[in-house]
Amino acid sequence: MNPRSCVNIHKEWDIVGARQLGREMAKEIGFGTVDQARIATAVSELARNIYLYAENGQICFEYIYTNSQKGILMTAVDTGPGIKDISSVMQDGYTTSGGLGAGLPGVKRLMDDFDIESTVGEGTKIKAIKWIR
Amino acid sequence: MDENLKELIINNSDSIVDNWMDEVGRIKAGNYTASISDELYENTNREFVNVIFTSIQNEGSSKVVEEFSEKIINLGWPLSYITDGLQIFRRVTIDFLLAQADQVDSNHFSNVLTSVDEWIEPLIRQLVNEYSGSWENILSLQRVALQELSAPLIPVMERITVMPLIGTIDTDRAKLIMENLLEGTIKHNSEVVLIDITGVPVVDTMVAHHIIQAAEAVRLIGSTCILVGIRPEIAQTIVNIGIDLSKFPTRSTLEKGFTKALEITEREVVDLHVKNQGIEDIMHSLKGE
Repeated sequence: MNPRSCVNIHKEWDIVGARQLGREMAKEIGFGTVDQARIATAVSELARNIYLYAENGQICFEYIYTNSQKGILMTAVDTGPGIKDISSVMQDGYTTSGGLGAGLPGVKRLMDDFDIESTVGEGTKIKAIKWIR
Repeated sequence: MDENLKELIINNSDSIVDNWMDEVGRIKAGNYTASISDELYENTNREFVNVIFTSIQNEGSSKVVEEFSEKIINLGWPLSYITDGLQIFRRVTIDFLLAQADQVDSNHFSNVLTSVDEWIEPLIRQLVNEYSGSWENILSLQRVALQELSAPLIPVMERITVMPLIGTIDTDRAKLIMENLLEGTIKHNSEVVLIDITGVPVVDTMVAHHIIQAAEAVRLIGSTCILVGIRPEIAQTIVNIGIDLSKFPTRSTLEKGFTKALEITEREVVDLHVKNQGIEDIMHSLKGE
């Protein structure tokens, strides 16, 4: 009763695929254009992180319902090198790739709930939820 | 033994072809080729089976196979038509050969299987290669076409140039944008370059990073870069994610950006009609006196 759709991330163009799926699902459940853009951007950031650092991973989307609200949950899982110091990557301006360093903290601000687990050498798992207001 | 089997099926090609035509005709109904007219389907089938036999007879006649695959590709028929057809041919031929033998021992059985495989395999290989070759060709043509579209630079008037961006920006495209932007700015001697992102679906940190770098590079060669076409939802997302675009001017639409560009180059658009109207008013008022 709770469909879950996933996109594998291997190539740069898979980022586009993940983004389109995220946007499509957000639209379907009733998010407005601004939130759709937020979700699409967050997907784009997470997918790009997988592509840049882990090379292999997956992004999944599912709808979640509670008594009072509904929303979309996205899960980004990879089997990459993992993140040694999570608190530093959550700081604005921290980057190891010469980018803007706004990716993960940006995703946290774009979404409502954000959770990151990472083990060095095993991989990273990020969960983010956006609720419909 | 191999030659005997070959002779056997060539001499009995009629009955094999009949069986094959029957079977292939049956798979037509429920699948991809349903929309094809019966006549065309049957003619193509006949040609297909002839190609198979020619190939078996000459032990791989690539010319005929090539012509046939080209025809099927042009017709736009799916690859599964070919693979199904060959699979059925294999089954029918094996059935036929086994039915012909007086007694079937394991030796004969494996001999039949090996021979039929030897006939069919080169055919499958060549036909699949032709198909995937044609797809790769289309793909590379499209990539070139996409690249040509990816970063156009339009000199709209003296000293003002516009680069409209449509679609997703990936790393390759970002490089092209940077190159075209700098080259064009110098070539057209532009003072102001407008980058229009109306058609860019998502501005994430990477896209923003590339745009900031491009704008900074344009600034270094002495021109001004204005980012235009920032839709409301993109503006909100940029603020949320925490991207700092304060280093260069931005506008919501190309129109407003263009006005700003005129301002920077110290020019303005004058409405000729209003000017004439003014003169007419003066004439009228003179007449009135």
